Amino acid sequence: MALEGEGWQVCEAETLRQGLIDCATRKPTLVIADLGLPDGDGVDLIREIRTWSSVPVVVLSARTDEQQKIAALDAGADDYLTKPFSVAELLARVRAHVRRSAQTDEHGSAQFAFGDVLVDLAARTVVRAGELTRLTPIEYRLLTTLISNAGRVVTQRQLLTEVWGPGYVERTHYLRIHMGHLRHKLERDPAQPEHLLTELGVGYRFKG
Amino acid sequence: MLGMSMTTTDAPKRPDPDALLAQINEDAIAATRGKLRIYFGASAGVGKTYAMLTAARKAKLEAVDVVIGVVETHGRSETAALLDDLELLPLRRVQYRDRELYEFDLDAALARKPQLLLVDELAHSNLDGSRHPKRWQDIEELRAAGIDVWTALNVQHLESLNDVVGGITQIRVMETVPDHVFDRADEVVMVDIPADELLTRLKAGKVYFAEQAERAARSFFRKGNLMALREIALRRTADRVEDDVQTYRDAESINKVWKTEAGILACIGPTINSEQVVRSSARLAKELSVSWHAVYVETPDLQRLPAVEREAILSVLKLAEDLQATSAVLASASPAEAVAAYANEHNLSRLVFGTSTGKRHWWSALMPWRISLRLSEQVGELAPDLDRIYVGRPQDHSTRPLAKLFAVNAQSDDAPGATWAARWMRYVWTVVACAVTAAMCFPIFSVVELSNVAMVFLLGVVLVAMRFGRAPAALAAVLNVLAFDFFFVTPRFSFAISDVQYLLTFAIMLVVGLITGHLTSGLRFQARIAAHRETRVRTLFNLSRDLSSALQIEQVIAASTEVLARMFGRDVALVLPDASERLQMPALQAGQAVIDIDVAQWAFDHGAEAGYGTDTLPLSHYRYVLLKAPVRLRGVLAIRPAHARWLHIPEQRRYIETFASLIAIALERVHFVQVAQAMLVSVESERLRNSLLAALSHDLRTPLTALVGLAESLAIAKRGGDESERQLAEDVRTSAQRMNTMVNNLLDMARLQSGEIRLRKDWQSIEEVVGGALRSLQPSLNGRCITVRLPDELPLVEMDAVLMERVFANLIENACKYTPADTPIKVTASARPGWITVYVSDRGPGLPVRDAATLFEKFTRGAAESAKPGVGLGLSICRAIVEAHGGKIRASQGIGGGAVFSFDLPAPLVAVATDLVAPMVAPA
Repeated sequence: MALEGEGWQVCEAETLRQGLIDCATRKPTLVIADLGLPDGDGVDLIREIRTWSSVPVVVLSARTDEQQKIAALDAGADDYLTKPFSVAELLARVRAHVRRSAQTDEHGSAQFAFGDVLVDLAARTVVRAGELTRLTPIEYRLLTTLISNAGRVVTQRQLLTEVWGPGYVERTHYLRIHMGHLRHKLERDPAQPEHLLTELGVGYRFKG
Repeated sequence: MLGMSMTTTDAPKRPDPDALLAQINEDAIAATRGKLRIYFGASAGVGKTYAMLTAARKAKLEAVDVVIGVVETHGRSETAALLDDLELLPLRRVQYRDRELYEFDLDAALARKPQLLLVDELAHSNLDGSRHPKRWQDIEELRAAGIDVWTALNVQHLESLNDVVGGITQIRVMETVPDHVFDRADEVVMVDIPADELLTRLKAGKVYFAEQAERAARSFFRKGNLMALREIALRRTADRVEDDVQTYRDAESINKVWKTEAGILACIGPTINSEQVVRSSARLAKELSVSWHAVYVETPDLQRLPAVEREAILSVLKLAEDLQATSAVLASASPAEAVAAYANEHNLSRLVFGTSTGKRHWWSALMPWRISLRLSEQVGELAPDLDRIYVGRPQDHSTRPLAKLFAVNAQSDDAPGATWAARWMRYVWTVVACAVTAAMCFPIFSVVELSNVAMVFLLGVVLVAMRFGRAPAALAAVLNVLAFDFFFVTPRFSFAISDVQYLLTFAIMLVVGLITGHLTSGLRFQARIAAHRETRVRTLFNLSRDLSSALQIEQVIAASTEVLARMFGRDVALVLPDASERLQMPALQAGQAVIDIDVAQWAFDHGAEAGYGTDTLPLSHYRYVLLKAPVRLRGVLAIRPAHARWLHIPEQRRYIETFASLIAIALERVHFVQVAQAMLVSVESERLRNSLLAALSHDLRTPLTALVGLAESLAIAKRGGDESERQLAEDVRTSAQRMNTMVNNLLDMARLQSGEIRLRKDWQSIEEVVGGALRSLQPSLNGRCITVRLPDELPLVEMDAVLMERVFANLIENACKYTPADTPIKVTASARPGWITVYVSDRGPGLPVRDAATLFEKFTRGAAESAKPGVGLGLSICRAIVEAHGGKIRASQGIGGGAVFSFDLPAPLVAVATDLVAPMVAPA
């Protein structure tokens, strides 16, 4: 209803099977999936869609199933919202993902700016408030991985695999420590970050 | 040899697993028990106490907590000087027969609980009314409490050497210590000086006071005595050292020959040296390292022994038990068979016999086959493969009056008058019976021949024997012969006889009468024993039947007390513990002696029998028998039989133990029935709760989510439209949101309570979690300023981030809710080794209630009725989560106003992997 108010055309599918058919036939701009579907697991739906489409997927789930969220994100979902969620939040996320998916083609920009920080991807430098900030290679990789997935929730597993390598997926404490360092270097208040956000128990999200 | 036939020929080299298990158990017990060191000497004056005190002072210098429980200086100044600056435990004052005596204070020692306690004179006997009759028992309890004990002992006080030393010195000491105390001591320090030097010291007055020295030296301190004592002491110590070596070899499994040696059987009878038999057997068993048994066979003859002698035999059996024997009383008409069968059954190949009294019964001439063979010879004939060992008789015949052991509290069986009356009545009835027999013979005498009359008289003897036993039968035999002679043999009415061959008739009549009387009474005895056994079996059967149908504790108590009261008199009670392991005073019947609940509690706590006839508080009226069930102790059976002597008969004791274990098993069964019922109820309620939870989480939350979403959509749709309508939609959304939070809180609480939540622990940084909490609170914070000040070097904490976020969110939300909007809220943390403490403090009005702990109770709110929304679950959820993480949460008044909620989280020092510390490299 609120989505329609924003001018979207909304098509509701009651079941997993129907959802798959609709995704294939209607080619939607964005998919919002509830993980609790009557005829199957929402995670399967996402995995299925990801085999042939890169359409943004936002997942809705109950508050307590972190594992399910992680599974959905690892399967290829872009974002999640916890029920009961704010409609305004949903709309904002939807807008962000639609914008990002429209931008995916233009990789060109070698610079990325957020807050008072400027990241030069070509020169591999990070400048904060006009001053060069020294990052360790790990921190830099962590930052660029998050930036390249800006707006998306990146699970701990995905981050660990990308930054450290596939052998490190269990060492979540690496993430905590380096993320802490990164925040201390780049955020105004590391305890209340504005850009490097924590999705507790799930992963991290970069907000530009 | 019978015993050897059971020995395995190919002895296995590898240690027996059972023996190893026993060793492990022993080690486990030994690890918690205090150590015992004995300073062992040949006689008084060798310097045991001196050596002990010197060592104690040294230990004190090494910062050992040494306390002196009791030390006898015997007025020796050198020794007394050593007592300076050692802590002395005050002695207990005891009023004893108008005199004031001082005694070692066991309870004070247990309460003081030093590392090391010195208790001199191991062989000391405590005064009546003490908890244990002997000091070594006190020491056992001290050691059980984990206190190391040093003590001193002279060789003449060792139980098994008591008679040997007595034989040498001509002085028997009454105070003895069982050998196992000596053998199981952790350390034995031999304090030794040559006899000459001891005598010199004695003359110098260093041992006793001068005037006593003379007398003592004449009687005891003779050079010959001292040398012999020294030799015995040294030998005994050497034996022990050898044992130590043996134990060490066992422990190290050094080429061990695993013995399955057959044991020793001591046969106790009414011999004058049965005590020697027991002591010798004990020594022999120790030397051979085999187990040993002591049996007493109660024959019909021995049954008739006077009570004093029987008690003496029972006390010898008790002595055997003290010397680690397994004892038994066998009832059989044929002792030899019983002994041989027992030896066979228990794999005992060496039989030890005493010297027979040599006393011959007057009837022995009539039954030469019985007396010609002594018991040992009979056994030898029955089982020629058994070794037989004879123990000599001491020359002085001065056996210790062992029966005195029981003097305390042993009430006489029956009132003596009653027995005497009953006994005499049997003889009176015998005389009457003989008179009736004679009277009956008068009418038939005219009809039948004289020989048939004699038969009638014989019948009379048999009947009397059947009815009244052996002695009346003998009397009847004599009376009947006399009556036969007087009334029926010509010349009648005179004892004179006309024909000499009647003498033969009389003799045969007498002998036949005596033999039949004897045999008949023997049969009667057997029948009585059989009846006894049958009663026991029937009682046991009845009890087990009653107990098996009992479903409640009360039924068990009623059934068992009823049966036991029928057997042992009314002084019987079951003392059962409550939930906190305290025994509860049972309901006593009218006229029942009062139960000492403390003694029962002692027995229950220490897992050992206590009360009458035991080593612990033997002056109590009751015996407290343990109700030992397979799983654990179930209580204590307090019993006071009508005949106190019963408790000393091994069979009776075993009988009571059988009862006790039956009752214990019944109690345990009832307990488990109750547990099973409780389990059923809890499973049922769990199921109910789960279905309720499911209903709440699904059926309530789904429409709430829709409600929130719809209200918000409505508000958005009305944007720019009617302001009041938008406001209404907004209010609906906030209320629905609040309700959702409440439902979530309830669900969380229910889950946490049921232990359903599994912590997904991970290494988390507090900073991130606080950040997460603040972000989730963002919509409801309304722009309140919350400062987070965390130390830079705060370590990671292993926790469930999602749950911990709830703790922060709840605490911060609480702080927002109960403080004015313009006051600051601060989140801080500090780390100390092993713990991290987090504080959430505000500058509001502070805590509303005095008892901060109640804030964390469920459905508790600071003010009973307040305008603030909520049900008071937030803090109890916080507590549940923090406690699930092994931490603690508390609330306090902040310094300078406001409230501070703080919680500790365990932060074990974990070396974080070094590869984390990546080299700082400037981005290229």
